[in-house]
This record gives sequence, structure tokens and C-alpha cells, in this order.
Amino acid sequence: MTLLRTITALVLLGCLAVLGLGNAQAQDAASPQQAPPELRALAADSYTAKSRAIQDLVASHAPRTRIWLQALLDGKLQRLEDDGRFVIVTNNRGRDWTVIDAVDDAPLGEVSRRHIDRITINNALRNQLRSAMAILDLDADDPAERLASADRLIGEVDDSLAEPLSERLDAESDPDVRAKLAQALALYRLQSGDAGQIDAAIDTLSGSLNPTVRAALGQVARGDGEAAAAAQQALAGIEQTLKLNHAAETLYFGLSLGSVLVLAAIGLAITFGVMGVINMAHGELIMLGAYTTWMLQQLLPGQPGLALILSIPAGFLVSALVGVIIERSVIRFLKGRPLETLLATFGVSLILQQLVRTVISPLNRTVVTPEWMSGSLVVNEALSLTLNRLYVLGFALVVFAALVLVMRRTRLGLEVRAVTQNRSMARAMGIHATRVDILTFALGSGVAGLAGVALSQLTNVGPNLGQNYIIDSFMVVVFGGVGNLWGALVAGMSLGVINQVIEPWAGAVLAKVIVLVFIILFIQKRPRGLFPQKGRAAEG
Amino acid sequence: MNWFLKPATERSTQCFVGVLIAALAVVCVLNLALPVANPLHVSTYTVALLGKYLCYALLAVAVDLVWGYLGILSLGHGAFFALGGYAMGMYLMRQIGDRGVYGDPVLPDFMVFLNWDHLPWYWQGFDMAGFAFLMVLLAPGVLALVFGFLAFRSRVTGVYLSIITQALTFALMLAFFRNEMGFGGNNGLTDFKELLGFPISADGTRLGLFLASGVALGLGYWLCRAIVASKLGRVCVAARDAEARVRFIGYRVERVQLFVFVVSAMLAGVAGALYVPQVGIINPSQFSPLFSIEIVVWVALGGRATLYGAVIGAILVNYAKTVFTGVMPDAWLFALGGLFVVCTVLLPRGLAGLMQWRRRGARHDDETTGKEAMA
Repeated sequence: MTLLRTITALVLLGCLAVLGLGNAQAQDAASPQQAPPELRALAADSYTAKSRAIQDLVASHAPRTRIWLQALLDGKLQRLEDDGRFVIVTNNRGRDWTVIDAVDDAPLGEVSRRHIDRITINNALRNQLRSAMAILDLDADDPAERLASADRLIGEVDDSLAEPLSERLDAESDPDVRAKLAQALALYRLQSGDAGQIDAAIDTLSGSLNPTVRAALGQVARGDGEAAAAAQQALAGIEQTLKLNHAAETLYFGLSLGSVLVLAAIGLAITFGVMGVINMAHGELIMLGAYTTWMLQQLLPGQPGLALILSIPAGFLVSALVGVIIERSVIRFLKGRPLETLLATFGVSLILQQLVRTVISPLNRTVVTPEWMSGSLVVNEALSLTLNRLYVLGFALVVFAALVLVMRRTRLGLEVRAVTQNRSMARAMGIHATRVDILTFALGSGVAGLAGVALSQLTNVGPNLGQNYIIDSFMVVVFGGVGNLWGALVAGMSLGVINQVIEPWAGAVLAKVIVLVFIILFIQKRPRGLFPQKGRAAEG
Repeated sequence: MNWFLKPATERSTQCFVGVLIAALAVVCVLNLALPVANPLHVSTYTVALLGKYLCYALLAVAVDLVWGYLGILSLGHGAFFALGGYAMGMYLMRQIGDRGVYGDPVLPDFMVFLNWDHLPWYWQGFDMAGFAFLMVLLAPGVLALVFGFLAFRSRVTGVYLSIITQALTFALMLAFFRNEMGFGGNNGLTDFKELLGFPISADGTRLGLFLASGVALGLGYWLCRAIVASKLGRVCVAARDAEARVRFIGYRVERVQLFVFVVSAMLAGVAGALYVPQVGIINPSQFSPLFSIEIVVWVALGGRATLYGAVIGAILVNYAKTVFTGVMPDAWLFALGGLFVVCTVLLPRGLAGLMQWRRRGARHDDETTGKEAMA
């Protein structure tokens, strides 16, 4: 439809171009606009007359009705004082307004706004226009457009619309659109109070999650009689569904928070859990990953998506490199002295933080979310999942799976496990233990960089980014059981969900406190976490 | 009381107490006897600053007691310090009376601001100095008792304990940031007027607080020395170096650890209580994990398991902090971070170790600087 219109307009424009614009201008002046009578009637003085004119216009099925109605609603359908020509204003800034002909889209150049008569409308007319357009949109070819327009009609149906709407309902083929239309009609019938139809209406409306419908049902339920009972029942059903959806939403947010925790913690699960190295600068490695994303986006302006994808390997490399530098310059001198390692790496974390503050800025930087990651996935009216969180959740799982594969299936993983379990024996078997140390630390640090890339899509990127996650990450590793990747996954996800479940009644800060206290108590009960290591490796 | 008098016979304690008394006396004389114009005059501002350093030194001694002699790296001693400080702060808030901005005779300003109509139960009694000072010891002591009981009983040690203590102070920080907690939220407690009837910003009070901090440091040091030199202290060191062996011999290691941990927490609380009136404010940032870990680096710089090293480290680092943050604030975190790395990698025994190393050969290492002490 739209395409057809565009083509018609283009053809028309083409004709005009052939005739020559100057000529066209003269011609227009010579022959007055061929406006249909319904359009002319819109210029009536009284609002009642205008209302009737709108009804006639809709009934006339004139091809440009939709455009005129929209322009009228926006206050852009106006009339030239000189020749009574209907025009659409395309630019109303300044003294002279750009107008085009309302009938054939011919550009008419700029006209002083004092020579234009505005066709005024009031709120009643606005409502009428909106529903009229919704009805018109029900004719659209695209089912999505029809669905949107049917959705807009819920709660907007009045006496004049009820009749045509039920006709549409019969003609409609798409089941989703049908359901919506049926709801819109049912809501009208519910509110019109026709006793014969109320039961059927409630029946149709039960299960709807639309807030307008809920409000209307609530009104009926407050009354008495059979209808009220039925409405109460329907409402109870709706509340139930809403609760379920709310639970699903909490779960989703919990898993999303959990995925962030898992991402932040699995790098640590490797360096702390597998190698036994306490790296307090892990949070800063995360921060570096996030800053890498920001930097790449600065280098590739206008292509945030490409920059984000590139920053996945780049973030990994940057953090891995910094990790190796830390390992070579500090940690290797402190082998077997965990408390000293903790202090030294904490010092490193302070230096890295201050470095970012001095070199880049102490202020937060914004990382752009690419278009394909913004927006949300609408499951139903009460539940929509934000896409960026969904992506991060998926990313966390992919990274986790890759890491498990590396540790279980590759030569490196085998050597890492061997060196962890018995360093001297592994060396006796010909494993280059120092090399393994470096590679393991690079792997753990690189994963921290990946966490930073993902985090840059969810939170602000600033020098304190890492600090906010370091304690949580350690908690996840300790909770899950040191040296256990699966433990980190389960612990991260469950901590995320627990946090989201507590949050509504305890508040964000208290929820965090409760979770921390819970872990402290949990460690008393099971000092080696959810999934303790067994056998000789556990003794280290 | 024999064990308590034992440090009097030790050379190091004699030296320390002597130097401390001399320093206190010198500062007093320079502050009181010299006219303001004299270049050697110590201003009241400097006295308060030195008093603050002394509080930090006492805190460092408390940390060294558990880290140096018990092998427990507490990253949460800032919490005990802050709790002692809050207990003192609550007393000072109640002393303000109706001289606050809103003039409420009972409620502190921030509660009036939050539209609270009565004092929460845990603020009762803090108008009495005795009760408040008791709470300075009890609040951190009870927290350490409960926390330590849970932790040591299930044998949470080493790095795990460090991380959990860090989580503890982090959790407390988040909690104290909440206005609903009734401790003034992120503004904390401030605008104090008087302490035990003395106006808090008067020169005499400042000097008195400085002397009190010095005396507290001396007594705290003495107590720690006494504990360390007693049989109990020997069990501590043994448990630090070979916990399982000490258990097998028949000692209840967790009880020893719990006792020393609680004593250390109380010392930290006292340090906090003396700190608050000299600085004039207590807020949740004292609970921040960074502050707690900074304490550890004071001890690490001075030298673990020496006690006097902790005092030297605390004063040196804080003096450097005062200078740095005044001259070039950006560089301070670089310096602090570098200090962490240098202390652990190059100076595992701190400055005290450096001094002992110079004298090595003349005397044999004493028991506290054995090789295992670093593990």
C-alpha cells in the first residue's frame, strides 16, 4: 500500500518534472485544486461538522485519507488563504513555512505563515482521529502493523467504532490480530454494560495482560452480581499470570546479574582456583577490557557494532598481556606466599586504577550499544527481555563453555592441571612449568578482559569498574569451590538470582549485605565451597 | 600479673616506651612553652595530626598482633576501628544536645532531618560517657568474637579468612551508608561540640587527646608485648608456623586465635575512638576495604611480627600520605601501590627486617624472624 502510494507520488512528481516546474506552478494557479468534498468539509467552523467530515472521509475510502488524517492530527493540514488550497506543512520553523499540496504532494515552496489558515481540532477530535486511523491501519498488508493498530484500539473503542470493528474481526485472518481485536471489542462490551454480552466479554478478556483491561475488569469486579464474580475470577487468573511473568522477569534479571558475576569470576576461578594465585588486580583487568571497547569505539567512529566485535579479541589480548606483565614482574617472586601475593597485586590494582585516571580520565566514559543489541525482546505485555542482557548472558555461557573445553580437552588444560596437582612431578614429566604458569595466567586475565567487554554494555566504564566486582568475584569463587569452573557457574548464577529475589523487599544495598553475610555463614558450614575438590588436589 | 610486667625487662620495650614518652614530652613542650612565632613551635593543627598518626599506629599494632604473631591477615580491621569510632561518635553526638542546627534536645541533627520522632534503641545510653567508652571496647569486641568464633571453629584460615574479613568490612560499609541504619548515612557523624565537658576544638583538648593517644599506644604496645612474650604468645607463634602440629600436641588453637583476635579488635576500637574526636568526623568510608588493606601495608613496610615496626610503618606511610596528597594528589595512589609491591617483593621483613639484617652476625635471629614467619 505504502509502496504503491510512493510510486504514485513519484510518477506524479516525474510528470511534473517533465512538464517543467515553472509551468506546473502556472498550471496549478490556473486550475484550482481538485479536493474531494469530504476534505473541503474539514474546513467547517464547528467541531461537530468537522467530526462528521472525518467520518465521511473515512467512509469515502479515498486513497490519501490516512495521510490527511495524520496531518490533521499533527496540526499540519492547513489551508492557503489565497485560493483555499489544502496543503500539508512540512517545515514550520521561521516565518515562511514549506508546504506541499495535500492532494498531489506537489511542492508549493515557501509561504508566509500569515497566509495560511490552520484547521483547528480539539481533544475529542484528536481521539476520534486516532481511532479512525487505527481502523484504517487495520487494512494494512503487514500483520505487524495491523497488530499494533489493534493494540492501540484496546480501550479506545466507542459506539461509532464497535460496528465496523466487528466487521473487521470477521474479515481478519491473522490469529494474533484477531485476538487483539476481540479483546478491544470485548472491553467495549464490558464497559457498555450490556448484560447479555458481559459474560462473553469477560470470557474473552480473561488472560489478557493489558493494564487497561485489568482496570476495567477491576471496576466490574467491584460491583455485584454474577458479572462481578466472573470478573473477579478472570482477574485472579490474570494476577496469577502476572505473578508468573514477574517471577520470570526476576529470574531473568537474576540470571543476567549472575552471568556478569560468572564472567567476572571465571577468570579468577582459573588464576585463583587452578593456580592458587590471589590476584586482587583481577578487577582492574576487567576494567582494562571495558576500556579497550571504549577505545576501539573511539577509533572506529560510527561503527559501534564492529568495534564491539573487534574488542572481544582485543580486550582478551590487552588484559592477557597486562596479566602476563603482572605475573612476570610481581607474582613469580611471591610463589607460595599467598598473603604477600594478595598485598602486592592489590598494589598493582591501585597503580592500574590511578593510571587510567591519569591517562584517560577520572570520569566515566560511555560505551555505545550497537543497534542490534539495543531494544528488547517482547514476550508478552508484562514481560520483555532487554536484548543487551540477553547477549551478555549468551556470551557468558559461550565463554564458559570455551574455557571448560580448553581445560578439559587441550594440551594446555592437561598441563595446567598437572602442574597444579603436583608441580615437581609435572616438571619431571617434561612439562615446562614456568611456561604453563604464564599461559594460565594469561588465559585467566584474558577472560577478565572479555568480562570487561561484556560489562561495558551494561554499566558505565570508569576507573572504579573493577573495584566494584572484585569482592563479588572472590565470593563467587569461594562460594562455588576453589578450583572448580562448574562451581563458579552455579555459584555466580545462584548468587545473581538470590540477589534479585531479595532486592524488592530489602532494597539493593541491603540485598548485597544479606548476600555477603549469607556467604560468610555458608563458608562456616562448608569451608571449601559448594563443590569442594576431592583427592590430593584438595590438600594444597 | 607477672606476665603483664614481663615486657619491662625487655630491651626493645624499654626503648620503645622511652622514645614514646620523650616524643610526647617534646611535643608538649614545643606546643606549650614556645611562642607561636618561634619556628620550632608545634601548632595545634600539627598536634592533632600527630595524634591521628598515633591512633593509626595503635591500629597498626593491633593488626600486627594478629598478622605477625597469629598469621591471620585481617583485611577487615578497619571495621573494628570504625566501630570504636562510631561508638565514640555517638557519645559525642549526644553531647551536642540542643546546640545542633535544629536545636532538638535529644535527637541528633540527621535524625531530625530524616523526620524521626524518637531515638532508636541502640542510641540509648550513649549520653553516658562510661557506657559509651564501654561500647568502644564491646562493639568491636563482640563482632570479633562472633566472627572469629564462626571462622576459627570451622578452621577458615589463610587467604579465605582474608577475603571474608574484607567482605565483612565491605558489607558493613554498605550497611552504614544506608540512612535507615541510623548512623547518619554517608555523611556519618560530625559537628561535635564537646568531650567530657571540654570544648572539642580547644587547644588544651587537642593536646589532651594527643597525650591520651600516646598513652593508649604505649599501653596497647605493652599489652601486645606482654601477650606475645607470655606462654600464650608462644602458642600463637607455634600455631602460626605449624597449626596442625600445635593441634596434635593438644592445644585448642581456635581458642587462642579467638582470644588474640578479640583483643586486637578491641585495641583497634580504642584507636578508632581516639581518632574520631581529633579528626572531627566518622563516616562509612572508614569501613572501605581500601582503608583496611592500607593498614596492612603500614605493618608490612615497618616489618611484621615486631610491633615497633608497625608503629614506624604507620607513622611513615601516613606522613608520606599527608605530604603527597598535599603536593601532588594524583601521585599518592601510585606511591601507595608501589609501596605494596616493593614491601612484599623486595622488603619481605620490612624496615625492621632491614635493621636486623644489618646487625646480623652479631646476634642470632630471635624467634619471630625465623624463615617460616614469612610463609
